[in-house]
Amino acid sequence: MTMRNDGTLDRRVVVAELMRDPGDLLVVTGLGAATYDVGAAGDRPTNFYLWGAMGGAAMIGLGIALAQPTKRVLVVTGDGEQLMGMGALATTAAAGAKNLSIAVLDNARFGETGSQLSHTGLGADLAAVAAACGWQNVATARDMDEVAALRLRLRTESLFAVLSISAEEKIRHLPPRDGAYLADRFRRALGVVEA
Amino acid sequence: MQNPTWQESVYAALKAANVTMIGYVPDAGHAHLIKAAHADPDVQAVVLTTEEEGIALAAGAWLGGKRCAILMQSSGVGNCINMLSLPLNCRIPFLTLVTMRGEWGEFNPWQVPMGAATQPVLTAAGVHVRRADRPDEVAEMVGASAALAFDSQIPVAVLFSQRLIGAKVFVK
Repeated sequence: MTMRNDGTLDRRVVVAELMRDPGDLLVVTGLGAATYDVGAAGDRPTNFYLWGAMGGAAMIGLGIALAQPTKRVLVVTGDGEQLMGMGALATTAAAGAKNLSIAVLDNARFGETGSQLSHTGLGADLAAVAAACGWQNVATARDMDEVAALRLRLRTESLFAVLSISAEEKIRHLPPRDGAYLADRFRRALGVVEA
Repeated sequence: MQNPTWQESVYAALKAANVTMIGYVPDAGHAHLIKAAHADPDVQAVVLTTEEEGIALAAGAWLGGKRCAILMQSSGVGNCINMLSLPLNCRIPFLTLVTMRGEWGEFNPWQVPMGAATQPVLTAAGVHVRRADRPDEVAEMVGASAALAFDSQIPVAVLFSQRLIGAKVFVK
């Protein structure tokens, strides 16, 4: 079996770069380490963290993007979370929201459950899957120069990006996990509480 | 002018409830709603690969200030269970219209287990369930259920019984 090269990038450094000067970016995070990484980069009302609902991050991002066509939406998730919602790659591509981007932090592992190899460590290429599902713009990053270039593209294009990160585990940073609080503050920040 | 069909009245009830996004998995029983949603410039129609995507889509729509309803068949309800933790935990409304299979003149035995389990499974997962059996009650039930879902911010399913929609006829 062909093993994929392991990434070397520090996930916290990668996410800190993606989230640098976020402006009014609307962010959805997949459960597990992606939620911790985005929280560690700085909590903000328009970060919507998932602590469950595995496989749902991209579709939540799509719902926000369709509802808020003038705002930019970024989904930050892990390879395992995206693998569970692989059909959403076809659904998001078919929906064609120009203001939605997805960044997959790919450590080729299920980090939250003991670092078992995931399918991306066993040959699956999520960027290729996204392209085959109809995503027009896909990219991968293996060094920080590439990550820095993708930061802007993720905010201007509809881009599906895979960021190849190290499997090193980080100290958990725990952002708020009360879903009703997270949803309410997100809607208040957008000014849509009465919608 | 002809009276509207019950399917047309259901679509009107969704519009009256300010539903502007409809996610769906293809289904013959929902064919009118799907067609009407695609033909409506004020509604975003989103085709899904599986029903649980719709729960996440609807949650995102709500976060963005829009109301979304999800159309599915009873067989798809089983695909949704864990994702229902999303609207429940986040106090996000969820409205789904479910066409029933496996209960009234069903030809296909593969539809029967999930058809029989649909209502108890939804209830166990925390969804409020209403069931429409007659054409003259459907639209009102959808309207009241939309109010319950979006104003009280809870998940609500309206089951369209197989007797209402008509058993699928298989011919060789």
